[in-house]
Amino acid sequence: MIEGISIYEILALTSILFFIGVYGFITRKNLISILISVELILNASVVNFVVINKYLYPDMLQGVYFSIFIIAVAAAETALAVSIIINLYRQISSVEVKDTETMKY
Amino acid sequence: MEKIIFYVLALMMIGSAIASVSSRKMLRSVIYLLFVLAGVAGIFFLIDYNFLAAVELTVYAGGIIVLMIFSVLLVHHIEMKLEVAKISKRILTAVACAIGAGLFITIIYSYDFKVEGIATTTTTAQIGTGLLSYEAGGFILPFEVISVLLLAAMIGAIIIAKGKKLESENDETL
Repeated sequence: MIEGISIYEILALTSILFFIGVYGFITRKNLISILISVELILNASVVNFVVINKYLYPDMLQGVYFSIFIIAVAAAETALAVSIIINLYRQISSVEVKDTETMKY
Repeated sequence: MEKIIFYVLALMMIGSAIASVSSRKMLRSVIYLLFVLAGVAGIFFLIDYNFLAAVELTVYAGGIIVLMIFSVLLVHHIEMKLEVAKISKRILTAVACAIGAGLFITIIYSYDFKVEGIATTTTTAQIGTGLLSYEAGGFILPFEVISVLLLAAMIGAIIIAKGKKLESENDETL
């Protein structure tokens, strides 16, 4: 644990990060920007897992394992999303959300 | 000292996160995300999980950011500015998010966490043993499943990114 920093401050920081990610997810019009916002949300949850593990159950490691799994899933998700975006750009020459109609069926 | 470092990291993370979701240039917003990830790694170093901080830096800052920069460079002109949502929609979303964050923070501060005062150091060997043990509480099955998932994602990414070309070749062989 961090000297002089309580768990409340870190949890407040991660919830602010989470909601900044939600704001970006709703307002952005571009597929890559939406991906960036999703990364922000995932990062906030990773920090939450680790901090709760460290402050409340310091002799366990479950939070660390879960955050490793979240990071792995996020890496797989980003690789797939980037490949889908590049393929889509080849077909419709755009990565804006409003132009993305070929994926609807 | 740790207090000052934490507050500097927190300010850097929040500032870069806001810049990342509001910047109108694509590449800049990816670089701002890199600062947020570096801040998260700094927090992991501060609470003494060195292995996780290394994973965060290599996988996120090293891998995902490079992937995103590549995709931005492949699909965008660098000078192009993004179109933004309508101002009324942005304000409405910002207000909704602020209300949500305020709700979260009030609930967090009103809950009484039972914080253990002991500071233990975790070695990488402990994490590895727990991840690979098949006794109760071991994580060997999820570990194997995640490796299969990564393999599937790798193959899927190659096939999807190759696109039409691969399909037509398949049609010829059929």
